[in-house]
Amino acid sequence: MKYLMFVCTDTEPDTDPAPETDIDVWVDKHDASGQRLQGIGLGPKSAATTVRVRNGRTLVSDGPFAETKELIVGFDVLECADLDEAIEVAREHPMARGGRIEIRPLADWSQ
Amino acid sequence: MTDARAAAAQAAAAAATEAYQRIVAALIRITGDWTLAEDCAQEALALALDRWPADGVPDNPGGWLMTVARNRALDVLRRGTVERRKLRELAVLALTAATAEPEPEEIVDDRLRLIFTCCHPALPLEARVALTLRTICAVATPDIARAFLVSESTMTRRLTRAKTKITEARIPYRVPTGPALTERLPGVLAVLYLLFTHGYNADGEPAFADEAIRLARLLARLMPDQAEARALLALFLLQHSRRHARRDAAGDLVPLDRQDRSRWDHAAIGEAVDILSELRESAPPGSGPYALQARIAACHATAASVADTDWTRIAGCYDRLAELQPSPVIELNRAVAHGYAYGPVAGLDLLTRARAGGALDDYPLAIAAEADLTARAGDRVRAAALFRAAAARTHSDSERRALLDRADEI
Repeated sequence: MKYLMFVCTDTEPDTDPAPETDIDVWVDKHDASGQRLQGIGLGPKSAATTVRVRNGRTLVSDGPFAETKELIVGFDVLECADLDEAIEVAREHPMARGGRIEIRPLADWSQ
Repeated sequence: MTDARAAAAQAAAAAATEAYQRIVAALIRITGDWTLAEDCAQEALALALDRWPADGVPDNPGGWLMTVARNRALDVLRRGTVERRKLRELAVLALTAATAEPEPEEIVDDRLRLIFTCCHPALPLEARVALTLRTICAVATPDIARAFLVSESTMTRRLTRAKTKITEARIPYRVPTGPALTERLPGVLAVLYLLFTHGYNADGEPAFADEAIRLARLLARLMPDQAEARALLALFLLQHSRRHARRDAAGDLVPLDRQDRSRWDHAAIGEAVDILSELRESAPPGSGPYALQARIAACHATAASVADTDWTRIAGCYDRLAELQPSPVIELNRAVAHGYAYGPVAGLDLLTRARAGGALDDYPLAIAAEADLTARAGDRVRAAALFRAAAARTHSDSERRALLDRADEI
C-alpha cells in the first residue's frame, strides 16, 4: 500500500527539549527498510505560482492556492503494509515534532 | 405462543446473538470488507432466528451461522461487477480456504482485533463509538442515531465514512503490541467509557451501559495483564450497581446520601471489590486513572452510610487523580472529599483554588458544593443563597428541585 506523507510546518511545534532526530538518519533508515520510495523538499512559499484555466483562458497568480499558516515543505512516498506502519514511519520524522505530518493513501487505479 | 415455544425462541435468539459478533469479526478478517461482512452475518442471523425456534438450536450455533454467512459472502462476491475485481478474487480465495468454524483462539482474537480497529485514533471519536455499537454490539443504526440525537441518514453516512476510511487508508485489523499497545489502549477504554456514560446519563440509552460492561468484561478477560482494562470493568460494575436506587418513583435523581443502599447490586459490588484487591496485589499495582476512580467508587459502594465512608482514602485517591489527570471537575470532587475528610474549611480552601481558573464559574455542581461546605462551616444564610444560585443555573428539573429543597431546609 502506497501512502503520501505531506510534511508541514505547524504554529505550535513540540516543546520537549529532547534532541531532534537528524533528517538524514530518518531518510537512510527508511530507504534501507524499503518503506520510503522517494521524497522531495519544496522551495519557499514566496516562489509559488498558481495556475487555473477557465473558459479557455489561463489565469496565473502569485502564491500558493491555500493561504494557511501551516505550509507544506516536502513530500515522501511510502510503501507500508497498513496505516499503523505508516504512522510508525511518520512519527520518527523530525517534522512530526517540529511541525505536523499528514498521511494519505495513494489512489490505486488498477483495482 | 406456548411457554415451550417462547423458551425455544429465546434460546435461539440468545445463541444467535452471541455467535453473531464472532461471525462479523471473522468475516471482516477474512474478506477485509466491512459492509459485506455485516450484511452476510445479518442475513445468517435472520435465517437462524427464523429456523432455530422451530428446528431447535444446532449443536454448534457458531459453525452453522459461519457456514451460512460464508456461503452468502461467496455468492455476493462471485456475482459482483468488474469493479474491484482483484480484491474480490482475493476475498473469494480467502473465504474458500477458511474453515467454517474458526479455532477458539482465533475467535477471541478476532473480537479483540475488531475493538481496536473500531476505536482506531485515525477515526473521528463519534464514529468510533458508533462503529463499536454497530459492529461489535450489533445495535441497529436507527437506535444508535436516536441515542446520539442525529437522523438515521446522518448516522448511516457517519458509519459508511468510517468503514470507507478503514478500507481506503488500510487501518489494520490487529491488536497493537509493545509500546503501541500502551498508547492505544487508553483510547479504546475511553470509547467504552463514553458508551457507558451514554447508557448511564439521565436521558441516555440504558442498554448501552450493559453493552459497555459486556465489552469491558471481554477486554478484561482477553487482556488480563492490562490493569486499566480490569479497573474500568470494576468502575462500571460499581457505578451500575446503583442503577435501581438512583431514581425515585417520579424518575428524579436521588443523591448518593439519600439512596436506599439495600437496593444497590451487592453482587456486582463484590465482583468489583475482588477485581480491585487483585489489582492491588499485582505488580506494578494498578493505580492508573480508572483504578483510582474505581477505588473511589468502591469506598462509596462498601460504606454503610455517608458518615461511615472512608473519606480520607477518597481524598487521597483524588489527590493522585488530580496529579494524573488535572481537570476542574476532578479538583471540584477533590475539594468535596477533603471537606468530608478534613472539615469544611479545608474543602472550601481547595474549592477556591479549583475555581480560580474560572472554568467552574457557571457549573451548578461547583456552586452546590460551595453551598454545602458553607452550610457545614456554619454560615446558613450564605449557604441558602448559594443553593438558590446553583438551582438557577441547572438545566435539570429534578436537580433544581433538589437544590431548592436544600435551600429551604437550611
